[in-house]
Amino acid sequence: MPKRVDLHKILIIGSGPIIIGQACEFDYSGTQACKALREEGYSVVLVNSNPATIMTDPEFADRTYIEPVTAEAVEKIIAREKPDALLPTLGGQTALNVAMQLSESGVLERYGVEMIGANAEAIRKAEVRELFKQTVLSCGLDVLRSGVAHTLEEAKQVAEQIGFPAVVRPAFTLGGTGGGIAYNWDEFQRIAEAGLSLSRVSEVLIEESAEGWKEFELEVMRDRKDNVVIICSIENLDPMGVHTGDSITVAPVQTLTDREYQAMRNEAITVIRAIGVETGGSNIQFAVHPETGRRVVIEMNPRVSRSSALASKATGFPIAKIAAKLAVGYTLDELPNDITRKTPACFEPVLDYCVVKIPRWAFEKFPGADPTLTVQMKSVGEAMSIGRTFKEALQKGLRSLEIGRAGLGADGKDLSISEEEMRRKLRTPNADRIFVLRQAMLAGLPEEEIQRLTRIDPWFLREIRQIVELEQELQGARPEKELLFKAKQYGFSDRQLAFLWGKEEMEIRRLRLSWGIRPLFYMVDTCAAEFEAVTPYYYSTYERAPEIVGSDHPGARINPGTLPLKKIMILGGGPNRIGQGIEFDYCCVRAVFALREAGIQTIMVNSNPETVSTDYDTSDVLYFEPLTLEDVLNIVEREKPEGVIIQLGGQTPLNLALALEREGVPIIGTAPEATDRAEDRKKFSRLIDKLGLKQPPNGTAMETEEAIAIARKLTYPVLVRPSYVLGGRAMEIIYDEEGLRAYMAKAVRVAPEHPILVDKFLEEAIEVDVDVVADGETAVIGGILEHVEEAGVHSGDAAMVMPPHTLPPAVIEEIRRASHQLARELDVKGLMNIQFAVKESEVYVLEVNPRASRTVPFVSKAIGVPLVKLAAQVMAGSTLQELGFTKEVPIPFTCVKESVFPFSRFFGVDIILGPEMKSTGEVMGIDASFGLAFAKSQIAAYQKVPLEGTVFVSVKDKDKPAALEIARRLQRLGFKLVSTRGTAGFLRKQGLEVAEVMKIHEGRPDVLDFLRNSKVDLIINTPAGKATKEDETRIRSLAVTRGIPCVTTIPGANALITGIAALRERGYEVRSLQEWHQQIQPVAVS
Amino acid sequence: MAVSDANKAILALEDGTVFRGESFGAPGEVAGEVIFNTAMTGYQEILTDPSYKGQIVTMTTPLIGNTGVNSEDAESPKAQTEGFVIRALSPVASNWRTQQTLGEWLKQNGTVAIQGVDTRALTNLLREKGALKGILSTVDLDPARGVNKAKASPGLAGRDLVKEVTCKKATPWPEKPAGTNPLHVVAVDCGMKAHIARMLVLSGCRVTVVPATVKAEEIAELKADGLFLSNGPGDPEGMPYLVSTVKRCIGRMPLFGICLGHQILGLALGGKSTKLKFGHHGANHPVLELRTGKVEITSQNHGFSVDPATIPGNDIELTHLNLNDKTCEGMRHKRLPVFSVQYHPEASPGPHDARYLFERFVNQMKGKADS
Repeated sequence: MPKRVDLHKILIIGSGPIIIGQACEFDYSGTQACKALREEGYSVVLVNSNPATIMTDPEFADRTYIEPVTAEAVEKIIAREKPDALLPTLGGQTALNVAMQLSESGVLERYGVEMIGANAEAIRKAEVRELFKQTVLSCGLDVLRSGVAHTLEEAKQVAEQIGFPAVVRPAFTLGGTGGGIAYNWDEFQRIAEAGLSLSRVSEVLIEESAEGWKEFELEVMRDRKDNVVIICSIENLDPMGVHTGDSITVAPVQTLTDREYQAMRNEAITVIRAIGVETGGSNIQFAVHPETGRRVVIEMNPRVSRSSALASKATGFPIAKIAAKLAVGYTLDELPNDITRKTPACFEPVLDYCVVKIPRWAFEKFPGADPTLTVQMKSVGEAMSIGRTFKEALQKGLRSLEIGRAGLGADGKDLSISEEEMRRKLRTPNADRIFVLRQAMLAGLPEEEIQRLTRIDPWFLREIRQIVELEQELQGARPEKELLFKAKQYGFSDRQLAFLWGKEEMEIRRLRLSWGIRPLFYMVDTCAAEFEAVTPYYYSTYERAPEIVGSDHPGARINPGTLPLKKIMILGGGPNRIGQGIEFDYCCVRAVFALREAGIQTIMVNSNPETVSTDYDTSDVLYFEPLTLEDVLNIVEREKPEGVIIQLGGQTPLNLALALEREGVPIIGTAPEATDRAEDRKKFSRLIDKLGLKQPPNGTAMETEEAIAIARKLTYPVLVRPSYVLGGRAMEIIYDEEGLRAYMAKAVRVAPEHPILVDKFLEEAIEVDVDVVADGETAVIGGILEHVEEAGVHSGDAAMVMPPHTLPPAVIEEIRRASHQLARELDVKGLMNIQFAVKESEVYVLEVNPRASRTVPFVSKAIGVPLVKLAAQVMAGSTLQELGFTKEVPIPFTCVKESVFPFSRFFGVDIILGPEMKSTGEVMGIDASFGLAFAKSQIAAYQKVPLEGTVFVSVKDKDKPAALEIARRLQRLGFKLVSTRGTAGFLRKQGLEVAEVMKIHEGRPDVLDFLRNSKVDLIINTPAGKATKEDETRIRSLAVTRGIPCVTTIPGANALITGIAALRERGYEVRSLQEWHQQIQPVAVS
Repeated sequence: MAVSDANKAILALEDGTVFRGESFGAPGEVAGEVIFNTAMTGYQEILTDPSYKGQIVTMTTPLIGNTGVNSEDAESPKAQTEGFVIRALSPVASNWRTQQTLGEWLKQNGTVAIQGVDTRALTNLLREKGALKGILSTVDLDPARGVNKAKASPGLAGRDLVKEVTCKKATPWPEKPAGTNPLHVVAVDCGMKAHIARMLVLSGCRVTVVPATVKAEEIAELKADGLFLSNGPGDPEGMPYLVSTVKRCIGRMPLFGICLGHQILGLALGGKSTKLKFGHHGANHPVLELRTGKVEITSQNHGFSVDPATIPGNDIELTHLNLNDKTCEGMRHKRLPVFSVQYHPEASPGPHDARYLFERFVNQMKGKADS
């Protein structure tokens, strides 16, 4: 069937900020969808609040709304744009939820908007668990016994029937937020309560536990003609009980016979038909009892998902792109398979390799969070790897994680643990379990016991044991060719071999090359070589070449075609983690586009399956490989690129810079030496002195006493951190010597090879971020961003305003001057980010990073100039003069960047902001005034913005004068004020009307009771320090569970009140990015 | 770590390529046509499918043996492939139905098998050159001798391998359908997969299996409601005796053919068969049913093909088309209840999308219009 001609304008809803459970995979799917629909001539209207996405670059849609992804905002967009259809299945759970709200409230009907892909009825059937189960049961398929509850009482009744362990799953939440397994009544009550409050429809499912069963997923696609195909089968290494996002997963399925697999396939097809997803992709999960083979349908996502992004990367089949085309009427047999170009998309990909996905956690960022893996997802990113065997893929995946590991152990990084501890860690799923498995095998724990404790399928355990056995063999042997080759086939890295054989990594490399042991690069071709593939998407592996008898050379041609003029390789950022996320992928992708446009062949290297950069049609050549020295050098050796760009993928490629340069890899852009000058403390101080700039007084300490001496000299508070860190890892503000001693005791473990940096902490300073693009001659400031929160809050967590909303012109001028000086001195070719602190009109340089920063996409969107594109062109040899970008772009509106935090995932973790970055994502609010832009950013970040009601204020003594002003403003806006004794007394004295509640130990009802009774609409609570920390933490944690907005800084509170005032005055309107950009004076950029 | 000679094996191809690896089946030396199969599950079904007689099968899926072997999933009582070539064998059989590891089972069956082969390189080679004759040996590891033996081996063209796998005499299929007065199907066994008989039984038929050398009179004596022509190994041109039998049966009763049965029917109708370059061997081939416009994902295993356009007259209509290479996947007689498909609706291994064809056969036997 041809595409529909009755549709012209289609609205796509993006997934909003990156949060746990919803990451850049939806930029990948949304970008594919935008491209696919525009290719077909449809006009695309896009809404997404996340500025770090490729899809929100203005050229990807006809109208791009960087507005909150809420029903309210999307309704305004619909009213303005009057689209014919809404495609709700590509923006994750967020888009689906918003679409459902718009459908339920009658908005879609009112404006005549048709939901395509999946209609409201199908979505409801898939999402409302009770309905889903009924539907599945009515098809004669099996499900887990369960019941639905809307109140705690109902929940208890269901649990009584089902017994423990019982799983609690809230309806309509992401990644299982608020879910958990309860083994007893206490746990049950806690989990059920949280689940009910987090569910949009106040609904939880209580279910028979299938903990320990085998878990599978099928990625299914269906078209209008009811053709259904399975794109990929996925098996979880971690059995049921661990969220699939937190499981190590493998594609294709490894431990089912054909009979069992086909039965599952039939059921998946039955389910997608019964649920009624008309077109597009769905993900269907199954559990299989390991002894009886009983198979139950667990759930279904009637949309593209994290798993479908993984499936796309694992198979080469572009699920989102095809889903978009199916939604407008095409059928699978009408669409070509891009990889072979000769065969249709209506087929089931076959793999002749094994794919392993490994989650990346960030528990180190949230001390106090429960690191047990449960049905609620906790990982922040993932790495995917491809090998010919599971063993090879697993080891490649583990070294892709960017956690300093070189593979499955054998790298000297495992701490020795007792057998008791091992057993505990095997029994209770946790982030280290895969490494503990190796330790347990080395320690000689019997296989049956390991199997009993972990319930991991024996097939996986035996594969892992083979790795461990080879490790033991390697350790006892001398380097020898056959053995080294076998080790490479088992995925051992040169680093692991170097550790096992007591040599340097580069010695192993040279030895290996001298023996002619090099990886082959095999293709991901969707068809296991049955057809010739044209899309160069590669992974490395080690295979023994056949011998040739006679002259008839078989030589499988791997890379036909002619080579273009010039090749540039771009190193990506690896798995998402806190501090390094989608922003860097955005930068890599923009650079690829710019270089391709300039006729240069681009080679992308990355290991993150969620990204746009690992889409096979983003770059000319894609290597899905770990970003380690060994793997990158192997690719460089094969491709021999003219240049390698390392400044766009964040810290990951930057860490390789010096080693790559030593091996003669041609790094283009700013020299690695400049990076070193910026990162090495001593060199940096000399640089600052040379330029006559200021930095906070500081020192470098190798051990505790030295740190204490420095701190005494600088006077407290001081800011301490290990050198070379990312995302403010282990960075703290220390107020006294006791604190410093405690820190040093911890920090020495953090990075033994690096010293501790001690800075004078500038209290109440304003922090400023500047992004610059430069070509060595000319430097142009992309944007100056003023932080809302005071210095001390990590720049990745702070809200930022562009242009600056409080800085005086003279200070801005000084910032400008310093930025230009630094760009010139460091001979920056490409991008640079500088962080300044402004205290009493003095400008201090805090940090200089001669690379792309987290704020580059935001700034690019604000000024309407693709900074990365310019930077890439500069690196490829152009000048800014030639490119016509020589002047800063002033913007006649305000842009606010706000951060989004994963606190609701980590109950009990304090939500106060500090120098250690904790946010997972960001949103952008754009409006004419600061107030509205800020309010939009809060709404977009799903912070409730109360327009009336009660505010609980409790601040530390130092903040009391500032709190007075805040309280006055709130009262003027008609808010009621509540406070604990100290603050209340102070405010009353100033003539304000304040109700008083008791502190936690003063008696009941106390502040917690007050908050639980939901009488509070906003909390303003600045942390007072150790004495009352416990109380405060409980207040803030409760705020998180109850969803009460909680502001922990005075400037943050002030900004929010300004936003509230603006919203109360006139509400907000929506406007597309293209319209905002029209207000900017035109800047010629070629 | 040197592998002792006792564990070594080589695969030598007629074009001079030699792969070395480890033996994991029975010791010995076999010759056959080397082909690849891209199915990701179902190695046991493939190994026991008599259609692979004369062939050395390589699996493109690298990890094999994970679920071991069980008695339920066999398509015939023993391993049928001449040899088996894989990348990596699982040392453990992990599945609740497993009874034996693949390695043990192959040894018991006397099947020569090799692992550690770069099966992707081998597949690339077969794609470019077409199916090649090969020698798989654990006893003579000399590459040059292996290549010479491969060159000298007979290959499949014109060979009647069916005689080696067909049953000796007419036998009722042991499984019985539910219900009374079942339809009676005579199934000509050219190397029939057990699952075809099971599907016929499940569709309500009583099945009598007869040898491929059956005479038309013998079929008539069985008073069948329908005639079924099974899959089987080798070249359809190698079995003129069955072609002439089928010619005499057309029009006398409903007729359904699968795979080799489809080719035999094509020849019986006066058409020609051709050898495909490397055949269709996998479980993911899209087939379009022309009448409904719907696509089914099918299991395929054939090295030859019939083009209905070569059939004289215009009684025969193309019904199914392979979307990958646009070859014929099914045909039917416009006036008579006669139809056939090139692929495997019984699957095993592979998707079950095409099972409706058994029902169609049953409906024809019941005299109902083609649904």
